[in-house]
Amino acid sequence: MSLKLGVPSKGRLMEKTFDWFGSRGITLGRAGGDREYAGKVEGIDGVELVLLSAGEIPRELNAGRIHLGVTGTDLVREKLGQWEQRVEELAELGFGHADLIIAVPQLWVDVETLDDLDEAAAVFRRRHGFRLRIATKYHRLIRDFMKSHGVADYQLVDSQGATEGTVKNETAEAVADITSTGETLRANHLKILGDGLVLKSQATLFRSRTAPMAEEDRAAMAQLIRRLDLD
Amino acid sequence: MAYCPPDRARVKARAADLRAGFETAGAAVVEAPVLLSAEALLDLYGEDLRARAYTTSDALRGEQMLRPDFTVPVVQMHMAGGAEPARYTYSGEVFRRQEEDEARANEYLQVGFEIFDGSDTEAADAEVFARMRDAVEPLREKVGLRATTGDIGILRAAVEGLSTSGARKRALRRHLWRPARFKQLLDRFAGRTPFPPSRLALLEKSDPFAEAGPEIGLRDRAEIESRLEALRADAAETPIPAAEIELIEGILQVRETLPNALEHLRDIAVDLPAISDAVDRLKRRAAALDRHGVNVEALEFEASYGRTHMEYYDGFVFGFVVAGRPDLPAIASGGRYDALTRELGRGAGKPEGIPAVGGILRPGLMVELEDAA
Repeated sequence: MSLKLGVPSKGRLMEKTFDWFGSRGITLGRAGGDREYAGKVEGIDGVELVLLSAGEIPRELNAGRIHLGVTGTDLVREKLGQWEQRVEELAELGFGHADLIIAVPQLWVDVETLDDLDEAAAVFRRRHGFRLRIATKYHRLIRDFMKSHGVADYQLVDSQGATEGTVKNETAEAVADITSTGETLRANHLKILGDGLVLKSQATLFRSRTAPMAEEDRAAMAQLIRRLDLD
Repeated sequence: MAYCPPDRARVKARAADLRAGFETAGAAVVEAPVLLSAEALLDLYGEDLRARAYTTSDALRGEQMLRPDFTVPVVQMHMAGGAEPARYTYSGEVFRRQEEDEARANEYLQVGFEIFDGSDTEAADAEVFARMRDAVEPLREKVGLRATTGDIGILRAAVEGLSTSGARKRALRRHLWRPARFKQLLDRFAGRTPFPPSRLALLEKSDPFAEAGPEIGLRDRAEIESRLEALRADAAETPIPAAEIELIEGILQVRETLPNALEHLRDIAVDLPAISDAVDRLKRRAAALDRHGVNVEALEFEASYGRTHMEYYDGFVFGFVVAGRPDLPAIASGGRYDALTRELGRGAGKPEGIPAVGGILRPGLMVELEDAA
């Protein structure tokens, strides 16, 4: 057994994670060529690198198949019920910043707040015979957010990509999605509601509360936490 | 700690006994499918239902939900072929997602009794309550049971009686079951909170659409213009008088024995006559409960009972809970849900709905409590 560290398997998120560990004296890298998803760890003993899709890291942490994992706060909160009991946030890594927001067409000059959205949804439903559709892949987070703000008469429609295009395509009236600069939203003639910030997310190092650990894993975990200056 | 169900055979036997009891009271036994079309349920309850019910799907029938309760299928069945007066009973599993508390069952038996009869609504309310009480009575020797009653019809009537526009009343009525939102609206309509500044700025613009983007989406410019019109009308409304807001708040705070609550509400009705009919109904219901041998003098009444968890229940509501065990769900609960039948009836050619009152029991919890005692 060894301590398993899950890291996103591609792109900027992977590179920045490697940099973050590297600047703390722990070198992470791919074992073989660029296409091989096996990892290697240098600078500390008893830690194994597992390269995974960022979206699967919450599930693997929850199942206890990895002890540590780097992924976005948004994904952990969306995918894990009672996430605080399943994982612990060890460190925010300072990159991968993104806001989960609610946006509506710029045309909707009468809708600036959730209050407006709720009222517009009531009229929309009476007029069109169905609930106002919000396209998103963050079903749980948006549902909880809407509930806590008392927004009614909406429905969520699933959108796993190109979410900003759903309004123009008339498969949704509004969207709830991740944005970092807001450029894609503007390009698609959408605007963020004044109080429509659901969550500020960034890449975060999580520890699984459920993964079984042998004696040597505990020692490796203690050493890693010391090396990363997290104690 | 995971949920550990009591002996299944005994729970099923208990459920059968309870259902047989309701049959004796003249109820016809009905069945409902376990898989229900998600469309009608989601249209009724909205997205929040997905947090409570299991959803599955196939390519042919689309989204299906594992029966979260019997109320909707029983009302649909009745609307499709039944006529009032009717009374029904059923027994079967319901399925509820539990993402907050692992100790709560996600699958359990429910036994229910429903009366669809408008001839004497208070008598029907009292009968359902009394039959639920009789069903849980044997438990009373083993655990402390507490019954709470309420009546959302009083708050509803109070809203209708406010001196304000139909649009504002409609907004309040729509959020009867969302107390935080309701209060926020009330505060705004009373002028207690300032008019939203973004809204004021918008209404002062000579061309509100000056910076609007291109016309995209189903919600078109005409729809937005009509809301701007509604916002202008709303901005011109005079605030609801503070005295009326205090009366509403007074109603929401009523939490005492039924006779005291009645007296208290009668006092409020002097200043808010719109609730007089609702208070008379409460009085007639108290008398009907008394005829069923319910100790009305000691019965608890909370005017806001059921407001957060019983959407579409718009009259009498009740629950029996185990005293000192807030961790347990109600062992029996129910109420009047005319509003739900109106909502379901809109698509079924019966927009006036049906007068409907009913209650459910949890035989699994009953057996569990007996064992533990």
